[in-house]
Amino acid sequence: MATELLHAVVNGVLGGGVYALMAVGLTLIFGVLDIINIAQGVMVVLGAYLSYALSVHLHIDLFLGLLITVPAMFIIGVAIQWAFIRPLRGSERTAMSLLASYAVAIIIEGLLYLFFGASDVTLTAPYSNSTVSMFGFYVPDIEIGGFVLAAAMVGVLYLLLYRTRFGKSVRATMQDRTAALLVGIDVNRVGALTYGIGVSVTAIGGMIFGATGPPFNPNSGYDLISRLLALIILAGLGSVGGALVASVFMLTVEAIVDIWQPTWAVAVFYAAIVIVLLVRPVGLFGRQAARAQ
Amino acid sequence: MRSHSARFLSVGITAVALSAALAACSSNSSTSSAPSPKSKTPIVIGTSLSLTGDFSTDGLAFEKGYELWAHDVNAAGGLLGHPVKLIVLNNASSPTTVDTNYTQLISTDHVNLTFGPFSSLLTTPAEAVAARNGYAFIEGAGGAPTVFSAPSNLADHNVFDVSLPIADTIVPFAKYLASLPASQRPKTAAYPMADDPFGYPPVQAAQKIMAAAGIKTVYSKIFPEEEVDYAPAADNVAAAKPDVVVLGSTDVPTVAAFMKAFQQQHYVPKYFVCAAGPDQGAAFISAVGVGNADGMMVPNGWYPGVTNAASKKMVAEYVAKYGGSPSGVNSDVAEAYSVGQVAAQAVTATGGTDNAKIIAYLHSGVTLTSVQGPVKFDSLGENGLLTAYIFQWQNGKYVQVLPLGAPGTVKLLAPKPAWTSG
Repeated sequence: MATELLHAVVNGVLGGGVYALMAVGLTLIFGVLDIINIAQGVMVVLGAYLSYALSVHLHIDLFLGLLITVPAMFIIGVAIQWAFIRPLRGSERTAMSLLASYAVAIIIEGLLYLFFGASDVTLTAPYSNSTVSMFGFYVPDIEIGGFVLAAAMVGVLYLLLYRTRFGKSVRATMQDRTAALLVGIDVNRVGALTYGIGVSVTAIGGMIFGATGPPFNPNSGYDLISRLLALIILAGLGSVGGALVASVFMLTVEAIVDIWQPTWAVAVFYAAIVIVLLVRPVGLFGRQAARAQ
Repeated sequence: MRSHSARFLSVGITAVALSAALAACSSNSSTSSAPSPKSKTPIVIGTSLSLTGDFSTDGLAFEKGYELWAHDVNAAGGLLGHPVKLIVLNNASSPTTVDTNYTQLISTDHVNLTFGPFSSLLTTPAEAVAARNGYAFIEGAGGAPTVFSAPSNLADHNVFDVSLPIADTIVPFAKYLASLPASQRPKTAAYPMADDPFGYPPVQAAQKIMAAAGIKTVYSKIFPEEEVDYAPAADNVAAAKPDVVVLGSTDVPTVAAFMKAFQQQHYVPKYFVCAAGPDQGAAFISAVGVGNADGMMVPNGWYPGVTNAASKKMVAEYVAKYGGSPSGVNSDVAEAYSVGQVAAQAVTATGGTDNAKIIAYLHSGVTLTSVQGPVKFDSLGENGLLTAYIFQWQNGKYVQVLPLGAPGTVKLLAPKPAWTSG
């Protein structure tokens, strides 16, 4: 039993790191733009398909391919923000953003069906099944590599936000968009770049999701988005550090419950969130706390 | 003013985007491109299939099966001289959407007949819509007990499943293991099951027989079907290291995820049988690789090499129309084609598309034919004439291995060969 528990914890931590990266993009976009990007799950799948295309058609290694897919997703993100999000104004902006990002999700899903078809595909590499033995079980190399990369990216995003001039602009916009505008910050530019960054991390999340998870199809993003939304709500909307803690915590809890009763694992995942929010409605690292970091 | 214009623009962009996207991918309506007799009004048949979503591999195969049947019927002069026209709506693998689709097909499109969707999960809500409107519901992939015991079917008896009922499909495998001498019989078994009406009934039936034969159960749990990652459940099975794994799967991704997790945990079960997935032909092989497929087993009532003349003709037509090889033909194609065949016989026998007459005819005890074999319905619409076989992948070929002594059965490959790189 001790081995199973340890295995569950390792699975939870490794998986949590990857979810954290996907959730950070979502929470950043919310923090700066005050919109819920429903398309984030489909973006992850798009990132996975880009890696798939590079791997299958150009034989580019999954990790090396990120040098292409991350900038590509950044450009896609900026373009989407310009076309669909920036025009939204007024008191109904947040509500309208739900509809707009849902439309984006459907468009991307439709394009994926058009180009890749509906059949499930999987990302493979020569090292896909290489493993490291520890504590009586095996951990896939690709999951360790994915976790390290995801954790590093969360760290880079943290430094970008809290140690750079651009980060100051982002945080100022997060705190008060009007005040940021008054002190000369180009909030539209900040918004576009933040959306681009939030989407670009899905290239990494998508690659790891596609390489470590079950086979995926263009529709797979909808299972992800509900979890990602739950995680950033638990973390506290807008909190980067909170997204990391919440993701690792929830994935670990889920993996442990899975040992005894898999059907409860998903229920416990969402029940834990309800309980935390009852005790602390702003989430683990609520908005005020997050912006004071 | 600027704010109003911007909002108008955003609403406009969203509306256009939604319209374009919906037109592109959401509700895919299609008709058969088959040659059709043009002298009479068509017989319109409506169905809702999983063209996208979790069951899309099966849904697309079903669509091909229905289209192939419609093509063949129209090429032969239609039904009672009328051309057949298919309307296929996309349910995106959603039980809610399937309900809406059949309501639209019956109330708006006024179809003459309805054909079933893929999976028991979607058949249950769909059959209720058909029953409310007095339609016969002939289907090929809703074999779970919950489909037949649904209140609407108990009241209206409108469901007719042309395929093998699923509850006892893995029984030949369980009986085979139970029949082995004690020294050769596996000692332990695991039974992970998807939380789906299709997933657990056949596994639980097999578990009962195997446990009675002294095969110790080391894992027997139901996991959520909507799981994003099946690895935790698969890892827990691998940790128990059972000799036999009986997986209550519904699709290829579930099986592929378990196989991948087992491979990563350096665990190879001696016997690995799945409720569904390995029967998906080329779709299964492309997901797991030819080498890893070796030894994987699945129950079914049909396979591409079956000697039935109608089946041979259908397989040849399928390969000519869609390409690939006979062994890559998905069993869903045969199930869908059989639905069409049974409907055609009922329409011909009753002289039209009166659904009440069709229901009465199909319940009359008549024996019909299909590419899967004979069809005869009991009072709840189960086909009692098909035999369950166990099939296994051996060196890239899909062969029948159980029951022992049945025509076409070859030697079962056991223990399952080690995993390969692809």
